[in-house]
This record gives sequence, structure tokens and C-alpha cells, in this order.
Amino acid sequence: MSNISEYFKDVFNGVLSLLKGMRVTAGYFFKPSAIVTQKYPENRKNLVMFERFKGEVVMPHNENNEHKCTGCGICEINCPNGTIEVIPKSIITEDGKKKRAIDKHIYRLGMCTFCALCVKTCPSNALAFSQKFEHAVFDRASLTKQLNKPGSQLMKGVE
Amino acid sequence: MEEKVEIIATDEKQEFIINMGPQHPSTHGVLRLVVSLQGEMVKSLQPHIGYIHRGIEKMCESITYPQIIHLTDRMDYLSAHQNNEAVCLLVEKALEVDISDRIKYIRTIMSELSRLQSHQLFWATFGMDLGGQTCYFYGLRDREMILDIFEETTGGRMLVSYNCPGGVMYDLHPDFQKKVKDYIKYFRKKLPEYDAILTGNVIFRERTTGIGTLSLQDAISFGITGPSARASGLSCDIRKHEPYSAYDRVKFNEVLFTEGDTCARYLARVEEMRESLNIIEQLIDNIPEGPYAVKMKPVIKLPEGDYFQRVETARGELGVYVISDGNKNPFRMKFRSPNFVNLGVLNHLAKGFKIADLIAISGSLDLIIPDIDR
Repeated sequence: MSNISEYFKDVFNGVLSLLKGMRVTAGYFFKPSAIVTQKYPENRKNLVMFERFKGEVVMPHNENNEHKCTGCGICEINCPNGTIEVIPKSIITEDGKKKRAIDKHIYRLGMCTFCALCVKTCPSNALAFSQKFEHAVFDRASLTKQLNKPGSQLMKGVE
Repeated sequence: MEEKVEIIATDEKQEFIINMGPQHPSTHGVLRLVVSLQGEMVKSLQPHIGYIHRGIEKMCESITYPQIIHLTDRMDYLSAHQNNEAVCLLVEKALEVDISDRIKYIRTIMSELSRLQSHQLFWATFGMDLGGQTCYFYGLRDREMILDIFEETTGGRMLVSYNCPGGVMYDLHPDFQKKVKDYIKYFRKKLPEYDAILTGNVIFRERTTGIGTLSLQDAISFGITGPSARASGLSCDIRKHEPYSAYDRVKFNEVLFTEGDTCARYLARVEEMRESLNIIEQLIDNIPEGPYAVKMKPVIKLPEGDYFQRVETARGELGVYVISDGNKNPFRMKFRSPNFVNLGVLNHLAKGFKIADLIAISGSLDLIIPDIDR
């Protein structure tokens, strides 16, 4: 007799435990305000990433097409996996001295691990992270980017 | 259900060998288990690892100490912050750098937040492994908010790379304290839901209680650490025994269970979530002012000798061992990763149980495969 009553007790308690869980899910079913999912491709226009989000490394230019990169190559030394390649050139300044300057700042997005060491260690704050996150391309070659814009120059006052 | 089934191999032809993995959803990565079955019972199993071996230890020998940090992210990606911390603490210990209290507090809070999100993902996937799809959505919903907090301060969601030798990369975001406090309030309300959905569920209880019991003696001899060992009653919390960062200033309980079965391993992690909330609550209001990083030399060279540092990650004890010959990169670097050691006990636990129980057992060990392979 006790076996049978225990059996029914077990069944009852089991069903009760399932109902407890169901109550949580049913509660959410009738509470649309608890929905947290975003409709991603549709909300693209007003989707704002956080300020510090590490999207990709960029070199900010001002309106006169000037950047802060002196071509010292510290970012290249600090990069752990050869993502950055600095190709320098020597220019002759107004007072006739030879000076090292940047020819091409090559950045390979496909190899980047976003450790932020280049941005962090740059002595003249020439590099920054952009908030762009949609990196998919059809051609792998387009992941290799030149960060300094063509025809750009060093900003005045940056050594 | 409770007692182990004795397998007597009458005929070797009856043995059936299947490959679980490397693409099995319940292994959460590329782990291949060669399981030898007798009917439905597991006779023995052999893990085959190395599918995502990247040679991180060898790579570390050719790069500098600040560069090593971002590789440790990619070992146990769910406790990326603690992995970072281990290397940073080692470098600071070797160079005898005094770091400010602010750095210690930030690191402790961040560590506990990553432990929280790791256990939430465990809860989510463990429920899914045992057939409860709902858990996955609820677990990830709550985890998402922690990842947002990470993203706002560190710029990364999983692979934060937030620590650097001598401090942290950036100062805390102005909204950090408020968001974390809101989150604690929010998550304390959600924890009873976790219990209602999974912990109290009769099917879950039946499938986990008495399955894969690990005795205290075996836990010691297999070298198990973390919540998996504490479920067997082994007190092994590095935060208690060898406090680092700000863990010596907070009061918290080491979660200990004595049953040692799959259910206890699950409960230990759920309880640890509560403890993590307590730790964060004690620290978040009194983060001291000060610099967020100590100025280090541009090229960090460790003095000649060997160094060891261990931290408690979400899965157990991570040990970092470095032999330095005085150069800017280590002569030899060795990671004692918790998951690699915890994997070794799987054969011992699953022997004599059904193949469906193997999923529950391997899920309860909470293995992260990139940490095993490194």
C-alpha cells in the first residue's frame, strides 16, 4: 500500500516540478516587454556600437587630409602577428633636412586579433579603432588595407 | 538507476566502437571521444585531442610578454580575463611591481563577472545537452548583459585582452559601476527562475543524481580542480588558499558539496554564481581612486629564473610557469590548464553508465576544448 502511495506522490511531485518550470516560460510568453532580441538587419540604421568597440584599426585624418603617423614603426614592432607593415620613405623638409615619413601603412584585417597593442602604444595617437563590424567581403585581397589616404601628409606639430 | 551496471565482456565481437565527435554538439568544440560500447553501456572511452592545437606555448617563446596576453584569451575563452590576469600577475611578481588598489579591485570585479558569464553559459548549454532547449535562451539572455558591460569598458565581448602587465588597458567606463549594480539587482531576481526551470525539474534530477560519481580520493588523485572538484568535497579554491588581487579583502564561501555526482557539479556552479554576485557587491561601491596602470618599461625583460603563478578560472586552477633567460621573451612557457586535467577523469566517470549519461557527465565537467589543446 505504501509503495503505491509513494508512487503517486512521486508522480504528483514530478508533474508539479514540470509545471513550475512551465510557469516561467508561460509568464514570458504573455509578457512581450521582456523580449530582448534585436532585429539585426532591420535595425542597422540606428544600431550604435560602444565607443571603445574594437571594429578595425583606422588612421583618423582631418579635413585637410592630414594624419598623425610619423612612420616610426612602433605599431609594427608591437603587433604580435605581423598584421601591420609600415613602409617608410624619406622626405626633404623645408629647411633642407632629410626626414623619415610614412609612405604606406599596410593593415591586414584578416590577420588582426584586436589586441589593441598598436593603438595603445602609438606615441602620437595616430591609430584608432572604428566601430565598423560588418567585415565580410567577397575578395580576400580587399582585407589588406592602406590606412593612410593617398596624398595625405603629416599633421603640423606632430613629431 | 543508482547502481553501476557490471559489464562482463562475454564476446569481444559484441563490443561496438563509435566516434563521438569531433563535430558533436555536446562537446562544444572539436573533441573526439572514441567510445567502446557494450550495448548501450560505456565500456571505456578514449579522448582524442589536438584538433585545434595552435601551439600557443611554443608561440609564446617568440613574442614578448605584453603580446602573450592576447594569446591566453584564446585558450579558455570563457575565462579570458582570468587567463590574462595569470600572466600579468606573473610578470608583476617577477619584476616586483607594486600595483595600486584600484587595479586590484578592477581585476577582481572583472574576474568575477567573467566567472558569472561562464557559469551562465554552462547552465545554458548543460540544460540544452539534457534536452531543455529553453535554458539556452534564458542563460544567453542574461549573459548578453555581462558581455555588454565588458564591451563598453574593454572593447571586446569574449576576448577582452583587458589586462596588461602593470595594470589594465583602459580605465573603467563611467557607466560601469551603475551598470554592474543594476545587473546584480536584475540577476538576483532571475536566479530563482534558473532553479524553477532546471534545478527542480524532475527529469533533470533523475538524469543527473547518482550519475558519474567522483569520490574525494579520486578527485585528488586525478588532480581535478575547480567546481568539479569542490562538488566532491575537495577544498581547492585558489581564491581562498592563495589569495591574489583583492580576494583577501572580500568575504565569500567556498562552495563545497560532498555527493560528487553530476548533479552536485551542476549545483556547485549555480551556487558559485551567487557567491560571485556577493563578491562583486562587496567591491563595486568602494573602488579606490588611483592610476589604472603602472608605467612599465617599453621592453619588459624578466630577470633570469623561473616563475610560477596560479589563478582560479571558472573551471579550475590555471598555472603559468615561465623560465626566463633574461630576454624580452620567455625561454619556456607552460600552461597548466584546468580542462586538460579535468578531461582525464572522463573515462573513469563514464565507465558503466549509458551513452546518454556520458553527455551529462562530460557536460557537467564543463570542458572548453581550446584550453585542452592550446
